[in-house]
Amino acid sequence: MTAPLDTAPSGTGIGKAVRRREDQRFLTGRGTYTEDINRPGQLHAYILRSPHAHARINGIDTSAAREAPGVVAIFTGADMAADKVGSLPCGWQIHNKDGTPMAEPPHPPLVTDTVRHVGDQVAVVIAETKNQAKDAAELIQVDYEPLPAVVSTADADAPDQPQVHPNAPNNVCYDWHLGDKAAVDAAFARAAHVTTLDLVNNRLVPNAMEPRAYIGEYEPSTGDYTLYTTSQNPHVIRLLMGAFVLSIPEHKLRVVAPDVGGGFGSKIYHYAEEAIVTWASRKLGRPIKRVAERSESFLSDAHGRDHVTRAELALDKDGRFLGLRVATKANMGAYLSTFAPAIPTYLYGTLLAGQYATPAIYVEVKALFTHTVPVDAYRGAGRPEACYLLERIVDVAARETGIDRAELRRRNLIRPEQMPYATPVALTYDSGNFPRILERALELADYKGFAARKAESARRGKLRGLGLCSYIEACGIAPSNVAGALGARAGLYESAEVRFHPTGSVTVFTGTHSHGQSHETTFAQIVAEKLGVPIENVDIVHGDTAKVPMGMGTYGSRSLPVGGSAIVKAVDKVVAKARKIAAHMMEAAEADIEFKDGRFSVAGTDKSVGIADVALTAYVPHNYPLEELEPGLDEKAFYDPKNFTFPNGTQISEVEIDPETGVVEIASFIAVDDFGRIVNPMVVEGQVHGGVVQGIGQALYENCVYDPESGQLVTGSFMDYCMPRADDVPSFTVQTDETSPCTHNPLGVKGCGEAGAIGGSACIMNAVVDALSEHGIRHIDMPATPNRVWQAIQAARVPVAAE
Amino acid sequence: MYAFDIHRPETLGEAARLLSGNEDAKLMAGGQTLIPTLKQRLAQPSDLIDLGQVGDLKGIREEAGGLTIGAMTTHATVQFAPLVKRVIPSLADLAGHIGDAQVRNRGTLGGSIVNNDPAADYPGAVLALGATVRTNKRQIAGDSFFTGMFETALDPGEIVTAVHFPRPDSGRYMKFRNPASRYAIVGVYVAKTGGAVRVAVTGAAACAFRWTAAEQALTRSFTADALESLTVDPSDLNSDLHASAEYRAHLVKVMAKRAVAGMM
Repeated sequence: MTAPLDTAPSGTGIGKAVRRREDQRFLTGRGTYTEDINRPGQLHAYILRSPHAHARINGIDTSAAREAPGVVAIFTGADMAADKVGSLPCGWQIHNKDGTPMAEPPHPPLVTDTVRHVGDQVAVVIAETKNQAKDAAELIQVDYEPLPAVVSTADADAPDQPQVHPNAPNNVCYDWHLGDKAAVDAAFARAAHVTTLDLVNNRLVPNAMEPRAYIGEYEPSTGDYTLYTTSQNPHVIRLLMGAFVLSIPEHKLRVVAPDVGGGFGSKIYHYAEEAIVTWASRKLGRPIKRVAERSESFLSDAHGRDHVTRAELALDKDGRFLGLRVATKANMGAYLSTFAPAIPTYLYGTLLAGQYATPAIYVEVKALFTHTVPVDAYRGAGRPEACYLLERIVDVAARETGIDRAELRRRNLIRPEQMPYATPVALTYDSGNFPRILERALELADYKGFAARKAESARRGKLRGLGLCSYIEACGIAPSNVAGALGARAGLYESAEVRFHPTGSVTVFTGTHSHGQSHETTFAQIVAEKLGVPIENVDIVHGDTAKVPMGMGTYGSRSLPVGGSAIVKAVDKVVAKARKIAAHMMEAAEADIEFKDGRFSVAGTDKSVGIADVALTAYVPHNYPLEELEPGLDEKAFYDPKNFTFPNGTQISEVEIDPETGVVEIASFIAVDDFGRIVNPMVVEGQVHGGVVQGIGQALYENCVYDPESGQLVTGSFMDYCMPRADDVPSFTVQTDETSPCTHNPLGVKGCGEAGAIGGSACIMNAVVDALSEHGIRHIDMPATPNRVWQAIQAARVPVAAE
Repeated sequence: MYAFDIHRPETLGEAARLLSGNEDAKLMAGGQTLIPTLKQRLAQPSDLIDLGQVGDLKGIREEAGGLTIGAMTTHATVQFAPLVKRVIPSLADLAGHIGDAQVRNRGTLGGSIVNNDPAADYPGAVLALGATVRTNKRQIAGDSFFTGMFETALDPGEIVTAVHFPRPDSGRYMKFRNPASRYAIVGVYVAKTGGAVRVAVTGAAACAFRWTAAEQALTRSFTADALESLTVDPSDLNSDLHASAEYRAHLVKVMAKRAVAGMM
C-alpha cells in the first residue's frame, strides 16, 4: 500500500491519508517537550537510587551532601512521611480465588526503611544545577544492610524465598482465576489429543525515546500547584497524585503533559518523581525540574510482560479445540504500579479464547512480588502474552496432530455468523470476519508456495520457516460499569469539548493524549468532515487539565474508539444546536432543516446558511431565540463505551535461519488487520509498522535480565539491551479489511495502536520454530538470539550424533 | 560527569608535555569509549588532552607499498578513502563495520587500538596485517602491542601517532556483531601475503590473538575446508549474556571459513 499524500481540501475527510499536521513542529525541532520548559528560579532534582535489590536502611547521613556547592535541600522518606505524604496508589483491585482482596503493600515515593529493587528511590537532592545535585548525591552516606533478594518469576512463591513485603506471604499478590474449571476438566477427560506447552514471556524494558521528565511548581500567593509531566494521561495523574498522595484538590492542581516522546504504556502510571517534585516545590517555594537519564529509565520506568506459563489444549479427533487450561505466574516487581494487577488478569485471561470457538477455558494467574522494577502495561498489555501462548500452542498442536496449521485454525475459528459471540472468558465479541482475513493473508503470503521457497532456502544452506498468527485484542478500554465490576477504581469514559468559534474555526479539547499517535491529524479529519469546515480551521488540544474538561488519557488503543466517539458526540451536539439556530435564521421549522457539507438548508427550497454564519449568530445573538436557546456554540460530551472493541487480524511471516550461526533473518512480514473503519490509512499503517517492530523486538532481540543472585539489572543499557533497528526488519505488507466495522461506537472504529505488537512476537516465533522443526525442535523461548538458536540446534543434534 | 580541565594542544610535543608527569590526565582521541565512561562517572581524570587539533596525527598515505594511517584518522575516513579501498580493501571494509555511522564519524584508529577493548575491530587488523604501531618515542610491532584486556605495550606518557599496515595480497574481515552494541562478538581477519597466512581473532577472548593452528592449516592449503578439522578451545574465551564461550569458539571457525571462502 502506498501512502497517498493528498492534502487538498477534498482529501482531508475520514478515510484519507492526510499528512501528519504535527510533523511540521516535530521534524523541525519546534516541539515543546517537558525538558524544553524552564521555569523562573527553577531548581534541579536528582534521585538517589538503591544500588541493592533488597536492603534494610539503618541510617542516612546527608550532612556532607548538604554542604556541597549549590545544594538547596535534601529530603528522604522520613521527611515525606512527616508531611503525611501518601503511598502511590494502585488503580485496580483484583480478588483472590476465595474472594479476598489482593495484597496491596505500601509504595512510598521515597522509601523509609527498606529498599526493594535496584533503583528504588532513597533520597532526593535539590540543587541549583543538575550536576551539583548529582555531585552531592555521591556524598550521601546510606547505611545499607543488604538482604537476600528474589528476582525469578518461576521461583518467587517457593517457601524458602526472600520475602518482598511482610503482608504478602510467599510473595503472592493475588491468586486469581477465571472460567469453568469443571467444564475444562471434563473436556480434557474426553480429548483425543492434549498438547502441553511450557513457555516464558520475557520481561521487556519499554524504552520510549524521551526519558521521563517533570517540573513541579507551587505558587504561594494562590496555593496553586502545576506539574509538567511526560504523561500519557494528565487527568489521571491529577486524580491519583492530588487525591491519594499529596492531598491537593483538583482546583489547585494543574497537570500539563506537553509534547511527549513516546510512552508505550510506561508513561501511563503515576510515578514517585511526580509526587517528589510537586511536594518539594512547595517546601522550597521554587520550581523543581527532574529529567531522567537513560540509565535511570532502565531502573525506574515500569517494565512489561514477564510471565511463566503452562498451557494445555485439549482437541477432539478432528482437531476441534475442546478446552484450554492455563496456569500463569506473573511478575509484579517490587511494588504495584498503577494498572499492574489488571494486566495479567482482565487484559490476559479474558483474551484466551483468541479467535477460536474453544468451548471451555480455565485460567489461573498467580501474581508475585519480586525485588525488581515494577511491571505494568507495555504496548498490548496482557493481550500479547495471551496471543503468544495461544498461537504457539495451536502451532504445536498442529504439528503433533499432523493437521496443517492453517487448516487447524480454519476448523476452530469463530464464524462471522456466530457474532455477537460470548467467549467462555467473559468477553462478547461484537464483530469480525476471522476466516475471511485468514484466507486473505494466506493468499497474500502465497502459503501454498512455501514449500518451494523453503527448498530454495535449503539450497543456500538456510532453514526457512513460516509463522502464522491470528490475533484478537480487547481495546477501547473500557465500559466503566464492567471495568468497575472487575476491580477498576476509576471510570474509563472519555470527554471532549468542541468549541465552534464565532468566525468559523473550531478548537477541539480531548481527554486523550497524543505522544506519537497523530491525534492532531486524525481527530481533525473527523471534525472537519462532520462539521463541513476546512481541516485548517480545526485545532486539537490535549494534555492540560486546565484546558480539557476531564480525561482518561491514551492507552489500550482507546483514543479513537473512546476519545473519537466523545468528539463525535460533542460534534453532534454542536450540529443539533446549530440546526435550531439555523431554523430561526431561515424562519423554518427545525424538522425541515438539513445539514450537509457545512451548510444548513431548508428542505425543498434554495434557502441555506453556512455553519460559520450560524456560529457568528450564536455569539452575536442580535436576531436569536434567546428565550429558548443559550448563546454560544460550545459543547461538551462524555462518552462511555458500551463494550470493548475487538481489533483482529492475521499476520504471516517468513524467516531464514543460518544454522551455522543461529542468526534469524526476517524474509517477509504480512499483516491483514480488521480495525473497523479507517480514518487515516497512512497513520494506521505507521502504527502497525511500529507495533510489529516491537513484536519483532521481543521475539528476536529484547530481553530484560536480572542477575539471580545479586538482583542487579544486567541489561541496564543499550549496550546489552538490544532494541530492534531499521536494518533488522524487512519492508512490511500491511492491508486492512473494513468490512466488519465496530457495531457499538459511532465511528465504527476498533483501534490500531497495539495490534502489531500483539501478534508480532507470536508470528515471528512460530516462524522460527517452524524453521527449526526439521531438527526436531518443538519450542524455544524468546528472544531467539543467535546464541540461543545455535544452542537449540546443538542440543537437538546430540541424539543424532549418538546414534 | 565530574569536572576536569580540558586542553586542546596543536602539536604532538605540547600534548606529550601536558601528559608527562600527570598521572590523572587522559588523552582523548574520538572519545567513543571515554565520553560514555565519563558520563557514567566511571572515570575521573583531572585533565583531558584532546588530540583533535594535532594536525599531523591525521591522514592516510601510501608507504612502502602499504598504508600509513594517522592515529586520529576516523573510521569513516578509512572506510571511504579511495586509497584504502585500492591498497587494502579489506581494511576499508573493516572500518565500515565498526559501530554505527555516528561512531565511525568520531572514533579513531589510534583510540581504538590504545583502548584495546576485547571486542574492538581494529586490533584484528593490526595482527592480521602484521602492522607496526608508531608512537612519539618508537615503533612497536603489532604482534607485541596488545598485551591483555584493555592493556597495551605503551609506556606511560607515550602517544600513538600512526599505524603502518603492509599490503597483503588479499584479505578479508568477517565480523559477527553483537546485535545490541555492534561490537564484535567474534571477528576474524584472514590475510594472505605470498605463501604466508595470518589469521587474527578479535572479540572472542580477553585480547585479540592470532589463531596459529589455522594459519598453519591455511598455509598448507588455502581453502575453507582446510579449517574443518580444527577446533578452538573455549576454555580461554569470553562468555557473557550474548554468547557463551562454546558459541564463540564455534563462531571463530565459522567466521574464519567464511573469510577464506570470500577470498577465493
